[in-house]
Amino acid sequence: MSTQSVRIGLLKEGGAVDDLQTVDAEPGHDGDALADGLLIQPDREPDARRRGARARRMLLPLVGLIIPVVAITAWWIVSAQKSSFYFPPLSTIWDRFVHTWLLGGATAEIWPTLLSLVLGYAAATLVGITFGVLFALLPAVNRFFAPVIEFVRAVPGLALIPLFVIALGVGIETKIGLVIFGAVWPILLNTTDGIRSQDLTIRDTAFSYRLRFRDRLFRVILPSASPQIMAGMKVSLSIAVIVVIATEMVVSTSGIGNFLLKAQAGFDLTGMWSGLVLMGIIGYLLNVIFELVERRVLRWHRAMYEGINR
Amino acid sequence: MRDTRTAQPASQHIARTQAGRLQNAGASTGLVDSGARMSVRGVSKSYTTDRGVVKQVLASVSFDVAPEEFVAIVGPSGAGKTTLLRALAGLMPPTSGEVYFDGSPVTAPPERLALVFQDYSRSLMPWMTVEKNVTLPLRRKKLAKEVQKRLSSEALAAVGLGDIGTHYPWQLSGGMQQRVAIARAIAYQPDALLMDEPFASVDAQTRSDLEDLILALKKQYRMTIVVVTHDIDEAVYMSDRVIVLSGSPTSVRQVVDVALGTHRDQLVTKSLPEFVELRNTVLTAVRRPVGDPTA
Ligand SMILES: Nc1ncnc2c1ncn2[C@@H]1O[C@H](COP(=O)(O)OP(=O)(O)O)[C@@H](O)[C@H]1O
Ligand SMILES: [Mg+2]
Repeated sequence: MSTQSVRIGLLKEGGAVDDLQTVDAEPGHDGDALADGLLIQPDREPDARRRGARARRMLLPLVGLIIPVVAITAWWIVSAQKSSFYFPPLSTIWDRFVHTWLLGGATAEIWPTLLSLVLGYAAATLVGITFGVLFALLPAVNRFFAPVIEFVRAVPGLALIPLFVIALGVGIETKIGLVIFGAVWPILLNTTDGIRSQDLTIRDTAFSYRLRFRDRLFRVILPSASPQIMAGMKVSLSIAVIVVIATEMVVSTSGIGNFLLKAQAGFDLTGMWSGLVLMGIIGYLLNVIFELVERRVLRWHRAMYEGINR
Repeated sequence: MRDTRTAQPASQHIARTQAGRLQNAGASTGLVDSGARMSVRGVSKSYTTDRGVVKQVLASVSFDVAPEEFVAIVGPSGAGKTTLLRALAGLMPPTSGEVYFDGSPVTAPPERLALVFQDYSRSLMPWMTVEKNVTLPLRRKKLAKEVQKRLSSEALAAVGLGDIGTHYPWQLSGGMQQRVAIARAIAYQPDALLMDEPFASVDAQTRSDLEDLILALKKQYRMTIVVVTHDIDEAVYMSDRVIVLSGSPTSVRQVVDVALGTHRDQLVTKSLPEFVELRNTVLTAVRRPVGDPTA
C-alpha cells in the first residue's frame, strides 16, 4: 500500500514537471497581451503544441506501468520454473485468486472488511474534522485537551485491541472503533493546523464582511484548510487499512484479515498469497479513488501552485 | 516614500504635532455627533511582540471623515496605516481612544462599511469562482439567488470586467483581481469604502485606470472613501483631503485640503498649478523631519 502510493506520487511529480514546462512557455507569448491582464488561455496555444502536450500527458502514466509489468512477468516466469512451498507459481496464485475472490469461494469475506473500513474511515474523518475545527477555533478548549490528546495519541491503536474487545465484543463495532481511533489523529491535527495557519487577510475579509458563522466555516475556513485536511486524510487511509486487517487477524471470525490468518495456520500458502494480491488491489483502488476525490476538491490549489489553467 | 522612513528621528514632539493637528483638522471637535461618517478620536495602538516588548505604533490619532468625502491617508511604510485602517474597520480594537461610524462606537466591523485590502490576491478566495467571491458577503442579506447574481454582474460591469463570473481569481491578472475585490465591495453596497494601498502592486497604466474607476464609482454610488496610499500624486489627485501621518509613534502630521473640484482628469488635473502646489505641500509635510518648526 505505502510503496504503491509512493510510486504514484513520483509518477505524478514527473507529470507535473512536464506540464509546467509546457505551460511555462505560454506567458512568454502571452506576456505582451497581458496589458490589462488577460488570462493565460489554453486555447491560444498553437494546435500542434497542444496536441503534443496532450499526447505526452496521455502516455506518461504508462511509464509507471513498466516496472509492475516487468516485475509480474519475471515473477510469473521464475515461480513457474521452481516449485517452492512458500512461493507457489504465480499462475497458481492467480487461479486461486480468481476462484476464491472473484468466483465466490470467499467473496463474502471481502464485505465485512470493506464495510468496517469505509464506516470507520468516514467516522474518523467526521470526528477528526469536527474536533479539529473546535480546537482551532476555541483555543481554550485546545489548551484544556491538548495534553490529554498528546497522551492518548501516543498509545498505538493496536495495543487497544483487548480493551475494545472487552468494551465492544468481537463484532464489527470493535473494528470500526479501532479504525476510528487509529485514523482520527492525522485528520484532527492537520485540520487544526490548517485552520490555524489561515491567511490573516482571508480572516480579515471574512470578518469585515460579517459573514455568518456557517458561511465562514464552510466557505472560508474549511476550504482554506482543505489541502492540509486532505493530506491528513491520505495518511489516515493507509492507517485505516492496516488497523482493519490487523484487527481481523487478532479478533474477528470473518474478513480478509481473518482469512489470511486461517490460510497461514492451515499451511494454505496459495490461499494466503491470493489474499495478499487482493489486499494489494484493494489498497491500490482505494488510493486511486482518493486521488480522484483529491483532484476534484483541491483543483484550485493545484491550479494556483502549478500554474495549470484548466 | 522610502527615503522618508530613514529621515524620521526618534525624538517625539507629540505636543506640537497635536497642536498642529487640531489647527489643521479645523472644524473637528470632540463631539461624536458632528455629522461625520467616521470619527477617529485619540486612537493609540501598541503591539506586544512575542518576546513581550511593547511597541507603540499609533499615538493619539484623530480625524473625521464627512459623508461622501474622499480622504487619502499618506505616510511612510511601517507608520501604522494598515493598523489605523483595521481599527477604522472594526477588525482591531485600539489600545486607547475611540472610533465612531455614523455616531456609534465601532466595536465590530460596521455593517455599512467595506474594506479593500492591500493584498488583493490573498483577499479573494481561490477556491471560489469570481461570482461566488462577489456574492459571498451578500449571503447574510438573504437576497434571492437572482438578485445576488444581478448585483454581482452589475458590480463586475461597473469595475469594467465583463463576463468573468465563472473564472477563478487565479486565472486573472493582478489588475483584474483588484477589480474583482472592488466589485465585491461595491456589490455589498456600503456607505463607506476603506482601501489599503489598493493599487500598490499593479502596473502604472492599470493604476491610473483604477484611480479613475474609483472616482467614477464614488460619484455613482455616493460612497465615503478613505484610501491609504504611498503615492502622493495619487493622494492629491483622488481626494478631497490628504491626511499626512508621520512620527514614531505615528500621529497626524498635517491635513491638506484639496480644493480641485469634483471633476478630475489624469492629464488636466495633474497639470493644474494648484495640483502641483498641493502635491508639493504634501510632499514637504511627508519629508519634513519631526520637530522641524517650519509648519
Ligand atoms: N500584529 C502585529 N503584531 C506586532 N506588530 C505589528 C503587527 N501589525 C503591525 N505591526 C507593526 O506595526 C507597525 C505598523 O504596521 P502597519 O500598520 O502594517 O504599517 P503600514 O501599513 O503603514 O506600513 C510595523 O512596524 C509593524 O511591524
Ligand atoms: Mg500597510
